[in-house]
Amino acid sequence: MFVSSLPEPAAANRMVARAALASERSADGRTSRIRTLRSDGPLVLRPSNPKGAEPLTHRRHDVARISLAAGTAGPLGGDDYALDIHVGAGSTLVLQEVAAMLVLPGATGGRSRMSIDIRIERDATFVWWPEPIIAAGRCDHCHNVRIAMDPAARLVLREETILGRHGEAPGAFASRLRITRAGAALYDQRLSFGPASTGWNGAAVLGNAKAVGSVVAVDPGWGDAPPSAAPFDRDAALTPLAGPGIAIGAVAADSLTLRRLLIRGLNELGSPWAI
Amino acid sequence: MRDGGGSAALLLLADGRLPAGSYAHSGGLEPAVASGRVVDMAGLERFLIGRAETAGLIVAAFAAAACACAARDDITAMAGLETELDARIPSAELRKVSRDLGRQLRRAMGAVHPHPHYAALGAAPHHPVVLGVVAAALGLDPRDAALAILHENNAGAAAAAAKVMRVDPFDVHAIIARMAGRLDQLAGIAANAAAGPAADLPSPGSPLADIAAEHHRRSDVRLFAS
Repeated sequence: MFVSSLPEPAAANRMVARAALASERSADGRTSRIRTLRSDGPLVLRPSNPKGAEPLTHRRHDVARISLAAGTAGPLGGDDYALDIHVGAGSTLVLQEVAAMLVLPGATGGRSRMSIDIRIERDATFVWWPEPIIAAGRCDHCHNVRIAMDPAARLVLREETILGRHGEAPGAFASRLRITRAGAALYDQRLSFGPASTGWNGAAVLGNAKAVGSVVAVDPGWGDAPPSAAPFDRDAALTPLAGPGIAIGAVAADSLTLRRLLIRGLNELGSPWAI
Repeated sequence: MRDGGGSAALLLLADGRLPAGSYAHSGGLEPAVASGRVVDMAGLERFLIGRAETAGLIVAAFAAAACACAARDDITAMAGLETELDARIPSAELRKVSRDLGRQLRRAMGAVHPHPHYAALGAAPHHPVVLGVVAAALGLDPRDAALAILHENNAGAAAAAAKVMRVDPFDVHAIIARMAGRLDQLAGIAANAAAGPAADLPSPGSPLADIAAEHHRRSDVRLFAS
């Protein structure tokens, strides 16, 4: 008789990941470069080639580009991911994703967590253009994004959340995006849906939409007069924030329609934002 | 349970007949009906629950926080609450509605029950901040302030249903009765949150309400201001 395998501790089923990314202005001041690039397990950060004039950075050439790829499936229930991003003074960092993030239940249950902390220094620009987060059936996920900006920093980000895979009811999902400038709140929105929440399927929140998303842009150049409100579709509107920023909010029946609405919203801003 | 004091003051504050202008607002129900997103009683109930759980919880928490600050004469904290609340309302139109209602409530209460704190709230304070300060001036506690604004918001939107939909008023009030326990619970959450830092006050978003509000402002035919 022998024991073929020891019973696995519960912790073996959870994946803990701590990844970090930082950019800085190069010594000669001519371009932006990556200072820190630390992948961890499922969070794989890969430098990617510049594609020439970068949209969303007002067509700059001197940007640092990184793509985030998933090293494994997940996050799964019980997983704990954290990504720390520091956009150094005067640098421009573009972060994209290779594929959508599918949030799944774990084999032994439990909540998955992902927290992303971002600091954007003076005269720096951060473009964060991820792919959708898909909240699969029976998932239990908590997604927390905090962005601390210098008053002279710029930001453009997109967030898209899909309520379940095709034909599937979503699991429990809760997210928060909080943006501060010089420590003062500019944007703070949470979203929760799934069996652990109520009211989200009402016409004040998501109705029968299967996809929800937003684009948030912050540009000190707008001063106290960001672009004015534009409800450009029945399911979408661009609105000025109480500061130098705008939010484009949209709901849709599917991810493709959502993506198109958000792009339309961005194009409502005209040059140099239009893509 | 309260020990006898303050109940009448709470009813005064939560009464839709208080001449503070809230009757002119449907809490987003009119645009939700106009866009075809609310067509029946089940849809109305889902709308009201969703609204209470999002925008309702936010205003309840801010009213509770403002009440707690006013009760200890900390009027300087209101500016921070205003900033945090602005960050939780992406729609410029809904920020304006909140400030309009705040100004009107302050004017009404300045005549009904004057207090030196009102004048210190700036030119156009947000509605929940004013309501919290008024609640403190009436001797109410943060949970009372939260409950008052939750009830007033919910009953106001429900009452608007009779004007923008074909409904039986008994059915509408049945929804309000079913939601009573929920509003109590949300008031408790709001009061607990108000004891913590302003940055951690609840911030549940309501994307469709934001989108609908911007459409409604541009609508040619409307009964309610929002």
